[in-house]
Amino acid sequence: MINEIYYNRRYVITGITIVVAVIFVAKFFSLQIIDRKSKDRADSNAILKQTLYPSRGLIYDRNGRLLVYNQPIYDVTMIFNEMGKNFDTIGFCQTLGIDRAEFEERTQQIRSKKNRSFNKYTSQLFLSQLTAEDIAQLQQTLYKFPGISIRKRTLRNYSYIAAAQVLGSVGEVSQQHIDNDSYYTAGDYIGRDGIERTYEKHLRGEKGVEKLLRDSRGVIQGKYKDGEEDLLAVSGSNLTLTLDIDLQLIAEQLLEGKTGSAVAIEPKTGEILALASAPTWDPQLLVGKSRSKNYNRLASDPLKPLFNRATQATYPPGSTFKTLQALVCLSENAITPYTAFPCSGKASKPIACTHSHGSPVTLLGALEQSCNPYFWYAYKDLLEKDGGWKDTKVFRRNYERWRSIVMSAGLGQKFADSDLSEQSSGTIPTTSYYDKQYRGANNWRASTIRSNSIGQGEVLVTPLQLCNMAAMIANDGYYITPHLVKNDSMLSHVHKSNIDKRHFDIVKQGMERVMTFGTGRYYQIENIRMGGKTGTAQVFNKKDNALFIGIAPIDDPKIVVAVVVENIGFGATWAAPIASLMIEQYLTDTIRRQALFEEKKNYHTNQ
Amino acid sequence: MDRRNNIISSIDWICIVMYLAMSFFGWMNIYGATYTFDQTSIFSLSNPAGKQFLWMCLSFLLALLILIIDPRTYQTIAYVLYAVWIVLLIVTAFIAKDTKGSLAWINIGPLRFQPAEIAKCITALCLAKWMGRYEYKIRNWRDLVVPLLIVIVPMMIIMVLEKETGTALVFAAFILVLYREGMSGYVLWAGVAAVVLFVVSIKFSGIALPFGTGNAGVLIASLLTIAVACILMLKLAQLKRETLILIGAITLIYGISLIVNIWHQVNFNIVSIVATAISGLFVLVMSTQHRGKGLWLVTVFVIGAIVFCQLSVGIFEKLPQHQRKRIEVTLKIKEDAGIEYNVKQAHIAIGSGGFTGKGYKQGTQTKLRFVPEQHTDFIISTVGEEFGFLGTFAVVVVYMLFILRLIYLAERQKDMFSQIYGYSVACIFLIHFTINIGMVLGFLPVIGIPLPFYSYGGSSMLGFTLLLFIFLKLDATRVEKL
Repeated sequence: MINEIYYNRRYVITGITIVVAVIFVAKFFSLQIIDRKSKDRADSNAILKQTLYPSRGLIYDRNGRLLVYNQPIYDVTMIFNEMGKNFDTIGFCQTLGIDRAEFEERTQQIRSKKNRSFNKYTSQLFLSQLTAEDIAQLQQTLYKFPGISIRKRTLRNYSYIAAAQVLGSVGEVSQQHIDNDSYYTAGDYIGRDGIERTYEKHLRGEKGVEKLLRDSRGVIQGKYKDGEEDLLAVSGSNLTLTLDIDLQLIAEQLLEGKTGSAVAIEPKTGEILALASAPTWDPQLLVGKSRSKNYNRLASDPLKPLFNRATQATYPPGSTFKTLQALVCLSENAITPYTAFPCSGKASKPIACTHSHGSPVTLLGALEQSCNPYFWYAYKDLLEKDGGWKDTKVFRRNYERWRSIVMSAGLGQKFADSDLSEQSSGTIPTTSYYDKQYRGANNWRASTIRSNSIGQGEVLVTPLQLCNMAAMIANDGYYITPHLVKNDSMLSHVHKSNIDKRHFDIVKQGMERVMTFGTGRYYQIENIRMGGKTGTAQVFNKKDNALFIGIAPIDDPKIVVAVVVENIGFGATWAAPIASLMIEQYLTDTIRRQALFEEKKNYHTNQ
Repeated sequence: MDRRNNIISSIDWICIVMYLAMSFFGWMNIYGATYTFDQTSIFSLSNPAGKQFLWMCLSFLLALLILIIDPRTYQTIAYVLYAVWIVLLIVTAFIAKDTKGSLAWINIGPLRFQPAEIAKCITALCLAKWMGRYEYKIRNWRDLVVPLLIVIVPMMIIMVLEKETGTALVFAAFILVLYREGMSGYVLWAGVAAVVLFVVSIKFSGIALPFGTGNAGVLIASLLTIAVACILMLKLAQLKRETLILIGAITLIYGISLIVNIWHQVNFNIVSIVATAISGLFVLVMSTQHRGKGLWLVTVFVIGAIVFCQLSVGIFEKLPQHQRKRIEVTLKIKEDAGIEYNVKQAHIAIGSGGFTGKGYKQGTQTKLRFVPEQHTDFIISTVGEEFGFLGTFAVVVVYMLFILRLIYLAERQKDMFSQIYGYSVACIFLIHFTINIGMVLGFLPVIGIPLPFYSYGGSSMLGFTLLLFIFLKLDATRVEKL
């Protein structure tokens, strides 16, 4: 041994070596065994989860005609880091047909501090929603522009300019959607209204994911685990609507330039054949780049096109209500088919008659001529029977009874089991409503609420409810929840009214007489036995609302229609022909009365 | 027994086995680190692993050659070799092409070569020869200064002229060698104190005191210095009463300053320096009364500490931007995404390996080039990702055993030359091991030095082989000398 004095110093150096090694092992232990966050960080580092967007389900009409489909659109994205200093900006602008200033402006926007998601290593959206033509040239010369890529997505496209309110639209998700459903991430599309909203889960499909390995500069190097963990996107399911697009188109054309609504239902199934609301818009307007601009324009339109009048607007039903009123009175034994009441025409009290006809009049005649006094007497008898005229309790019971039968026809409430998203419940007033209105239970009597008898008072219905009421009459006492998407299970959603089957025949006869001798006689359809009832509801300070309900063929109903046109005039002049033309279209697949069609179509109330 | 057999039986096979194991495992990891999707063969010269294989083969030939050469040759030509190499280092700095700011590489045809890698070995030989002289006594000041010069001259050339701070730092390994050979242990403690004071001064220099003016760095450095002075006073001369007086005096100074501060703002930087200086003077007075206890050293320490702290802040601010930032990031003074990036990515890669790793060539972080310099200075992160904790544990433990083996071999040498050279080899590996892995783990600033036998690089592979095998040959022939 040499240098023995300092022999112990070997242990110092040995000790240092061991201490260093122990510290290192401890740190590796903590990094690799204790702290497990690195694994996730490494994955998010290296694995780029590329979302694969499913194509949204297509929408067909009841006859299998394609209504809504998808169109590809293209986004141009750029990764700044890869573009490099020698990026051919001029060439790039030329290929895309934009000018230099636009390019500079857009890149400035992307790089600005406001854009929190900016990262020069990842794809940044440069231009969005370009058409195939827009990017055709770029696609061919893409190799010349490093860092630029084209991303394909889909937007909605429509075969017909029709049914905008029914179909609804697709737009980008809001923060609220993202918070409520983890399926969505910013920039995703979601059905914002109409069928697109109610059937969102059905139509959207399932997003897929492709796991790609990217290197530190964001360049894709290949598939992670050779695509083992990739998930293919599942396309959305298609939908078949109950709408008949031809009928829908006719309805919308007839409502052109007017404000109102037309609804048609197949009474045996509750399937909605047409659901038109005017004014409307071209559904294409709410697609793509100009969506928000157009949406704001529609939202600020004073005529409120976004408001689906067919299901959301409530109107006094006017004389169309007399059909149901007759049924309730028959059912409550307030009248029989042979009961006659006198009519003094315009001089009648307390309600004048607007038509001139013989007196006294029985039910058939009253329906045919829409005799107001008849229905007032009938309603009065209903409310005052069993001593209701003197006993408030009995009166109130009679009123409640009337109300419950009316509601059993589907009025005064939403169709809770329907797939219609935007509905109003309408109004069939409660006793407490009148108590409040007249400040006390003893302060209102039959005559106080007499307007109800002719559908003018506090009774309010939506066009859909009106049409459904017609369907209930067509079915002799029951209706199937009206719905928009073909679905056989809906057939079990039968709602029976509290009106006995035997009362319907006489009312239907009356309705047929409306079309043969009465207020609707000009709009009979050749070879089709049809029933109907017109209505002209007074509107304060404005022209009357025109209403009509129709059933055809009356002996074997295949379609019922309800039409409401706001502030236009007589139901017999405006609503009846529209309904009649719709029925002709549906039952004969053509419109022979072209002159009538043109006339009604071209009369506009809106500027 | 002929000479050949003699070598085979007397060479330290344990070291050779560890050397081969580390080289092959390193080579595997270089292939793993550079393995991408369209990978060529491990032998293809178009990728680093293929080239490394070539360097390994050359290194093995070199090792064989060294085992044949009589080791006394090195001892004979050590000074000449040293002189030649100093010239070569200087020349390199002038003819080298700028490689990422470093001027350490010279191109010979297609090959690039770094004389600084070999300089460690030659400096070790020269040092061993000087200190191995029979009349050498380290306690003579001349015998301390000359070895220090032997180390510092190439170190300064590499640091200042060639701008290779990392490689230059490796020469600090020789401090441990000098220590083993009898240099005062205070030098090591002074080194530790210097590091602590430097870190404290820099780290807290940006933090303003809640009272008066001045920063926390100066205050903490001063209090530490005074505390050490007190401890040394107690330990060297058992001056309990005097130490208490000093502590009382210092407390008084700070207390008065705090009270004065109520009316007039006091600069506590100056208060701290004055307090430290007073304790230095106090110890000096004590040393005149209690001679022979080495108390004067305490005064030297205190005054040195004051000067050092003042200087270190000044020097730190004069450092090149990138070095200053690296130090700041390591001390967690500032955050810098760019500088932290390497270390952070290395941690992610290592951590994501877990216990058993993702499997050879399966590291995503590695494959996708998230960790820069992965096949060179950050090679341990590949080991960590692909072989997990088992891999890193094995690397650290084998390295430790390798260094301990070298220390053991150095200790069994029968002559000073071999022992000093042997310690040089052990300490050079120790410092590479410490700095390289310490840097990847974030304990030390990012200093670009390789992990011997693992990191990719021809010069370093050849240089470390040369360094190691000269010693193994010296060790194998140690018996012949007696």
